[in-house]
Amino acid sequence: MTSADLLLTALGAVALGSALLVVATRHVVRAGLWLVVTLGAVAGLYLVLAAELVAWVQILLYVGAVVVLLLFAVMLTRAPIGARHDLDRPGWPAFLVGGGTGLGLAVLLVDAYRWTRVDTPPTGSAELLGTEIFRSWVLPFEVLSVLLLAALVGAIVISRPEIGSRPAPPAGSAPEPRPAPGERR
Amino acid sequence: MHPVIPYVTAALLFGIGVYGVLRRRNAVLLLMSVELMLNAVNLVLVTADATVQAALPATGQVFALFVIVIAAAEVGVGLAIVLQLYRLHATIALDTVALAPPDDTAALGPPDDTPFPPDGSPPPGPPDRSGPPDGTGPRPEASAEQPHPAPVGAA
Repeated sequence: MTSADLLLTALGAVALGSALLVVATRHVVRAGLWLVVTLGAVAGLYLVLAAELVAWVQILLYVGAVVVLLLFAVMLTRAPIGARHDLDRPGWPAFLVGGGTGLGLAVLLVDAYRWTRVDTPPTGSAELLGTEIFRSWVLPFEVLSVLLLAALVGAIVISRPEIGSRPAPPAGSAPEPRPAPGERR
Repeated sequence: MHPVIPYVTAALLFGIGVYGVLRRRNAVLLLMSVELMLNAVNLVLVTADATVQAALPATGQVFALFVIVIAAAEVGVGLAIVLQLYRLHATIALDTVALAPPDDTAALGPPDDTPFPPDGSPPPGPPDRSGPPDGTGPRPEASAEQPHPAPVGAA
């Protein structure tokens, strides 16, 4: 066990524990905050694994943007403050499938790698990563920019307020259509 | 450095994410679980980049960056859908959402155009979904001047 191993173990334990709290807590807001801890611990794992740029992008994009978006959604959907007991479905099938998936993948990877040892890689620089992106992976990069644009336009289109409102019934025809499920009359 | 440690961490993180996706009823919490799964995949990619000698350098890190960008796009669209769901149904509990609500067939066209015969035989001809029969063209758009039905709290 080297110091890198110790760091990996500790950060992995933090990530797994807070991830368990994300899926187990009864407070919606606390789930988002535990997600911050998980993402930070994974960023620490990236740092130990010498992926420095990925770690900072993880902090910027995940903790800075995605979690903030999730917390916005929590607030906009008027999530309850305090513990709720209706956040979960009955858990045994989920426990079996999730535990089976996790343990199966873990056994597969342990069987593949055993206790082999690799040298700690040299710290990857942003320069190397940028060179690779713009030399070998230009096409996926550009496709990703188109994807981001499409996602932006799609989010705006979905968020338009008139979606879901009923068109005016033609005059003199039908009886009143049944109310939408959200409307309570 | 023993690469099995981050690999096992990633596998267990993925399992926790699967558990959360299957367990949670709240749509925002489900999106958080999806983020956990995406992070597990990123961790595998970065660990493989540090472990396996690839033909191109830093390929795993490049793909981890791509996955992060895709996750950002996914969470943007997903939250827009969740907010729209909340406006329409006043809840984001996922097992209350009907996949094809029978109510929505009324929005496709006036149901009085092609009434089903009472004996249960199929209607004559394809259902006219183009609009009202008075020739005013396609069905009226959701007009802007029509007040949006107050989704929440109006009841």
